[in-house]
Amino acid sequence: MFEYCSDPSALDGARWLSCYLTNGVHLRFYSSFGTVLLLLAITAPLALAFGFLGAAASRSSVAPLRWAGKTYTAMVRGVPDIVFFLFFVIALDQAFEWMRHQALCPGWDAPIRQGAEFNVCPEAKLPRSSAPQAWHEAYNFSLAIVTFAIVFGAFAANVLYGAMRAVPRAQMETAAAYGMTERQAFRRILVPQMWVYALPGLSNLWMILIKATPLLFLLGVEDIVYWAREIGGSKTSAFSYPHPDWRIWYFSGLLVFYLIFTKISEIVLAQLTARLSAGQATAEGERLRRAAPAGPAA
Amino acid sequence: MMCAEELGAYGLRSLGIGERLLPRSDITLCDQVVLIGSGMIWNVYFGVLALAAGFFLATLLALGKAATSAWIRKPADWFVFLFRGSPLFIQFFLAYEAFVRLPDSIGVGLFGAEGADLGWLTRAYAGALVVLFFNTSAYAGEIFYGALRSVPKGDLEAADAYGLTGFTRFRRIVWPTMLRLAWPAYTNEAIFLFHATTLVFFSGFPAWRQQGDALYYASYFADKTFNPFIPYPIVALYFIVLTLIVISLFSAAGRRLNRHLPSSERPRRPRAIGQLIR
Repeated sequence: MFEYCSDPSALDGARWLSCYLTNGVHLRFYSSFGTVLLLLAITAPLALAFGFLGAAASRSSVAPLRWAGKTYTAMVRGVPDIVFFLFFVIALDQAFEWMRHQALCPGWDAPIRQGAEFNVCPEAKLPRSSAPQAWHEAYNFSLAIVTFAIVFGAFAANVLYGAMRAVPRAQMETAAAYGMTERQAFRRILVPQMWVYALPGLSNLWMILIKATPLLFLLGVEDIVYWAREIGGSKTSAFSYPHPDWRIWYFSGLLVFYLIFTKISEIVLAQLTARLSAGQATAEGERLRRAAPAGPAA
Repeated sequence: MMCAEELGAYGLRSLGIGERLLPRSDITLCDQVVLIGSGMIWNVYFGVLALAAGFFLATLLALGKAATSAWIRKPADWFVFLFRGSPLFIQFFLAYEAFVRLPDSIGVGLFGAEGADLGWLTRAYAGALVVLFFNTSAYAGEIFYGALRSVPKGDLEAADAYGLTGFTRFRRIVWPTMLRLAWPAYTNEAIFLFHATTLVFFSGFPAWRQQGDALYYASYFADKTFNPFIPYPIVALYFIVLTLIVISLFSAAGRRLNRHLPSSERPRRPRAIGQLIR
């Protein structure tokens, strides 16, 4: 990074530290924070969409759809989320390869599952073994995203299902009285009103999601935990920057990162709750109305 | 009898009793069910002990957060913030690294020149238990604190009118009401804690002599057979049963806490997970 870093063994003190903290692996470590944020940015809306579909399906009048929705919603109750994480990463991988195998190699007659092996034809492998390393990493990351979205979608479905039931019945009855169809009432009345009831649950879910991101490490993604372990471990003099076991400092750094992140989220979500509650027929909305000075709303 | 042979060989394998080597080839369904079930011993161990000890620390933390003196309130606030604001996964890693260093740094200072042997803290049965204990105390402390602030004013006035003060007032009026109000959320926390015990052997703490929890063995089987569709559903079923047991125990306790109320004012039985609060 800096010019004086060409010979690390000759450095000491602050200069050594500045070189150490800007060497190649550290830059990859810093960029892995981006990986975590990217995961959150993609997963949160995706999980919300999954949750919405799950909650809507649970209310469906079509029985099989309702059962599917209920099963999906009930999935995360009673079973630790990490079981799903470990399960889906392998299961999805095998499912994708199996489907490609069926499509690409119709003539293949050897069994796919032989003892401890899962053999699909070479064309069906994901990613292809000849693919560059970056594709393997991208594939792992997208598997992780889909896994997170499925699991947190189930959590979100729980929250949204409760929120849909919390919308006052009279609202839906009024919609029916105005001659709206079931579908219209759902879209125009239920969905716009449910968010304020869903917000406490969704805020809580966002916090859980943030705190679940270190599990990326278990899913085989080179995330911040991976790099903290990798860089923090003791380095012998064979390395340019030898040091004893410093993992405790790296993990402390991660701890502080998460503490700041959750604190900021808490503040932002509290403001969002206040804003959404304004004008709503809820206790918080009433409190805001009373607290506001008289006169036309700004 | 079904699986009798496997039960003898692996039934207590997670405690180090029975067959030394884990099954490697020709893994049967019985092997998986028995060994994963054996691992559940650890999940129950961590969950029960952390919950039982955490209950008392949580009460103290709730009182601490409600204290008027900043010297008591601030440490309680910070403790709760530290453990609720960061991932349990990171807490495990950090605690393990800290415990590994403990004997040669702090141990010497605290226990004389030669230092006490604190190596047992690096083992999961003690080290991870400490982390889970602190973690659940922080979450439950926040729940109890919320309940403490919602204790009806009338109850406190009645206590004053009867001349109850100090600890008697707390033990007979404040504490039971606080627990009653907190109970649904606390049930939730207990369920989450049992689920969190599966993280122990996937974080910093290594499984000593392959003595691990249910998920440790399940992922062992998934690695060996490369088939996730059998071991993970087995863990899931075990946990559903465990969750149902936790719920029934907690709702029995909840009924007892609410037994003086007319039935119309009693809270409904908690659903499998009523609200997902963690």
